[in-house]
Amino acid sequence: MSKECTLYALSTCIHCRRMKVFLEDHDVEFDNVFVDKLRGDERKETIDLIKNYNPKLSFPTLVVKEGACIVVGFHKDQIEEALDL
Amino acid sequence: MSNTMTAEKLYEMLKKIQEPRGFYFNKNMDITMPLLESLLINKEEYGYMACPCRLPNGDFDADRDIICPCEYRDPDLEEFGVCYCGLYVTEEYNKLEDPGEVAIPERRPPEKILG
Repeated sequence: MSKECTLYALSTCIHCRRMKVFLEDHDVEFDNVFVDKLRGDERKETIDLIKNYNPKLSFPTLVVKEGACIVVGFHKDQIEEALDL
Repeated sequence: MSNTMTAEKLYEMLKKIQEPRGFYFNKNMDITMPLLESLLINKEEYGYMACPCRLPNGDFDADRDIICPCEYRDPDLEEFGVCYCGLYVTEEYNKLEDPGEVAIPERRPPEKILG
């Protein structure tokens, strides 16, 4: 069973960091991807993937259950609703 | 004498320049200081202070619009009272009791990210 969600983030972004802590505090299982640390093909492929979910290509972008729900920006209410917290 | 720049020194230096122009640092130091540290990290990594909350291209000219203070600060402060990453705010914003998390829409056109 793949993880509940994937957090596309930037290692330098404070809101991504606060969202990551929020997810951890709520015991959410998620993959964390620091897109700014990626290089080459992996970076290109990841960016193309994110564009499908969030055309603005902004961060943080939380993809829940393979795209059933997307949260762009650290919106606690949206996260709570998307993950029934 | 190359004294390494720290977030605290950067804070004092920029505050003197920016506040007289009406640009204040977010009073929430749990946001402001990590962001200033990230600006120093990006300066080290890319050679310029790319916005900590945007994906840099790693090229000065391609990232000119997001070199802090970014081109989007003024319209963001006007509309939301806070810039995209939450570093700069208006005087009124800093008077808010609890402004909550900073999560404003991204003004930068995605085509500027070269991938």
